Amino acid sequence: MAAGNFEKYKSDGSLAGNALEWVDARFPATSLWKGHLSEYYAPKNFNFWYFFGSLALLVLVIQIVTGIFLVMHYKPDAALNANGVPVAFASVEYIMRDVPGGWLIRYMHSTGASAFFIVVYLHMFRGLLYGSYRKPRELTWLFGVAIFLCLMGEAFFGYLLPWGQMSYWGAQVIVNLFSAIPVIGGDLSLIIRGDFVVGDATLNRFFSFHVIAFPLVLIGLVAAHVLALHETGSNNPDGVEIKANKDEHGIPRDGIPFHPYYTVKDIVGVVVFLMVFSAVMFWAPEGGGYFLETPNFYPADPLKTPPHIAPVWYFTPFYSILRAMVWNFFGLDAKFWGVVAMGASVVIFAGLPWLDRSPVKSIRYRGPITKAMYTIFVICFFILGYLGTLSPSPMGELVSQVCTVFYFGFFLGMPWWSRMDKFKPVPDRVTMK
Amino acid sequence: MKKFLIALLFAPIMAFASTGNVHVDKWPGSVSDKAALQNGAKLFVNYCLNCHGASYMRYKNLMDLGLTEQQVRENLMFTSDKIGGLMAVAARSDEQKQWFGATPPDLTIVARARGEAGNAAAGADWLYTYLRSFYRDANRPTGWNNVVFENVGMPHILYGLQGQQVLNHETHKLELAVPGSMAPAEFDKAVSDLVGFMVWMGEPQQEFRRTLGWFVLAFLAVLFVVAYALKKEYWKDIH
Amino acid sequence: MSNQGKVDCGRRRLVVATAAVGGAGAVAALVPFVSSLLPSERAKAAGAPVEVDISKLEPGQMMTVEWRGKPVWIINRTKDMLDTLPKLADAVADPKSDKDQQPAYAKNDTRSIKPEIMVVVGICTHLGCSPSQKFKKGAEEGMPGEWLGGFLCPCHGSTFDFAGRVYKAKPAPTNLEVPPHVYLADTRILIGEDKKGA
Repeated sequence: MAAGNFEKYKSDGSLAGNALEWVDARFPATSLWKGHLSEYYAPKNFNFWYFFGSLALLVLVIQIVTGIFLVMHYKPDAALNANGVPVAFASVEYIMRDVPGGWLIRYMHSTGASAFFIVVYLHMFRGLLYGSYRKPRELTWLFGVAIFLCLMGEAFFGYLLPWGQMSYWGAQVIVNLFSAIPVIGGDLSLIIRGDFVVGDATLNRFFSFHVIAFPLVLIGLVAAHVLALHETGSNNPDGVEIKANKDEHGIPRDGIPFHPYYTVKDIVGVVVFLMVFSAVMFWAPEGGGYFLETPNFYPADPLKTPPHIAPVWYFTPFYSILRAMVWNFFGLDAKFWGVVAMGASVVIFAGLPWLDRSPVKSIRYRGPITKAMYTIFVICFFILGYLGTLSPSPMGELVSQVCTVFYFGFFLGMPWWSRMDKFKPVPDRVTMK
Repeated sequence: MKKFLIALLFAPIMAFASTGNVHVDKWPGSVSDKAALQNGAKLFVNYCLNCHGASYMRYKNLMDLGLTEQQVRENLMFTSDKIGGLMAVAARSDEQKQWFGATPPDLTIVARARGEAGNAAAGADWLYTYLRSFYRDANRPTGWNNVVFENVGMPHILYGLQGQQVLNHETHKLELAVPGSMAPAEFDKAVSDLVGFMVWMGEPQQEFRRTLGWFVLAFLAVLFVVAYALKKEYWKDIH
Repeated sequence: MSNQGKVDCGRRRLVVATAAVGGAGAVAALVPFVSSLLPSERAKAAGAPVEVDISKLEPGQMMTVEWRGKPVWIINRTKDMLDTLPKLADAVADPKSDKDQQPAYAKNDTRSIKPEIMVVVGICTHLGCSPSQKFKKGAEEGMPGEWLGGFLCPCHGSTFDFAGRVYKAKPAPTNLEVPPHVYLADTRILIGEDKKGA
């Protein structure tokens, strides 16, 4: 209430103090600053795995800012220009050559896209390691799963925009998958494409989704994600609830104010991240052919299919799971079950708060079964990812199927294996390990 | 799903003939050799620009090779009268489709397009080998075939320089049947220069990019030292 | 704490140092973004100088060419047209072209390099409409009886003489702009450049 704030944040008499008092009577400026930064008490034992949340926010900002400048020069038009090249494709080369500094902005955006997924995967893995998804933080986790799904969509829509061979045919394959859904599939594909094949209509609506719709949703979800987190307070590598142990002022004994301690620590994290990011951007922007894919240096040609179509590296684990489903069930195509399996493989992360029945949150206090399951899960994830970059093969299919079984087994079996496992006693206070 | 993917595998792959089975020679040049790039530019404009466009390049950019505007206008500008003009091809693409069966592709970024995952130099290697691997083949409409790109629609434009090769069907090696105006080593150097030009054309600012990277990394190293010291200072409080 | 002062001082120095280095980096990072707002090579090529051949331009005739998206008029003025200029010294707002609407070599009585050839941007200096030709003297083209010939802007009624000078008490504040131009030959003008290579 305005009157309440008036008393709480009285000015010290200086000009700045008076200005702040004026604002605080009308807007929760100081209240937000205190609640989320200077008096938000985070556990003092955050380790390396805790850098990736703020890094994900940084990459989101990088993508939005570079995106704003790219849109000034990019043209979403599939028609051929006077030189026989699609306008969209030519506009990307225009940015690379004719726009001052354009090449750097373009590489920032393409490197940023891959960086986003690396950072987000590591961020999610932290959640797995320390049980960050568990009560009372289920909603933070669910918002996170929603962010991940939106991020996949955002990347998918964005990848069509350069209008190269891989852009075009990758989109063609994925949109065709939706036609496998019974009853509505055909119409759904038509609505997504805006045409009978991927074309100018598709390009323009994907442009709208990528530039406006999904970024707005992402920003909203990120805000919700952080608000939910701040409501419960952060977890930590020991899985100890710091709010259970407060001093006489009501401040958690193991908590430290986010500002200045974690702002100062995250700055270091940001600098190290920027060093890696810059090394890639300036010395290997193509990312060995994985960040900027070679077939995409050919403009889209609806009449010529490239010999090998694969999604971008960050989708390959889920793509492998899709390709692993080769049997028809209940009168429905294997293609459809592939889509179902792929969707389930992402959505199943949302079930973690309820699948995990261990009495203990953090892997530090869990037993050998947990450690073995996690290790095999990570190995399977990497194998699936690698196989997804290759053309289909009988051996690849078999290995993907084994890995897929394990992948789902990890989640679906969790209520049992998490309960079966040994665990060590969890301390009352955090350890500075 | 499986049928769909198999169908894709057998889809027309004409213009993307894979080099998987063919050995390619390593391109011996370097994109920092300005003299070589200038020679390559001359060869490109004289031999390639008649059929292939380089429609993302402007003539003005050729000045970055160390040439003056005058030199560019006199030696390299044939398809435009404006220094800021695009290096577009003079021929019409529909006519070309009639003559060659396919429109000759734009070559501005061909060195990047012919690359391979994990091998940045693969595009240059491919081009270097391709341009030296034409041989006489009476069965082809142009009279030429190519070891690296089977049944290619392009004739051997540089045959005056290289001479005419034939494919020995027992050894599967190319042999020079009729010599051209250049000795083999001289021709290899010319092709190397031409490929160098195409590598440069694929990303003209690549050298600047790599140099700028050193400055940025150096700056970040300094920032790291200061930021880390700041962190350590504040975290003295925490036990 | 006893060494409170020392600790704070050290902290402040490090904060300032980090902020300074970081700030420098942030400014440097802005450079590509701000540069990308400048005219691109495509814009510069489109705005490049335009070469005009006036060999077929008869005396009394006007031709229009486009330069940087604007109409540029080239008028081959007859002796009659040129003779009207000194008579209008009191009728026009800026008879000696004091205001900076022309290059130095056009700051003369005829506002041109060659007296007969007038090169001027055909955009009214009021709000940007393109004036119409009113070359005939007197009331023939709907102008007042004393009209000696020139241009009338249809939007708000500004009038200009054969040297592009604006009449007094008109909405347009200044004379029509003379673009930089140079004669490559007797009948070839390059519009958009002062001297070759300038």
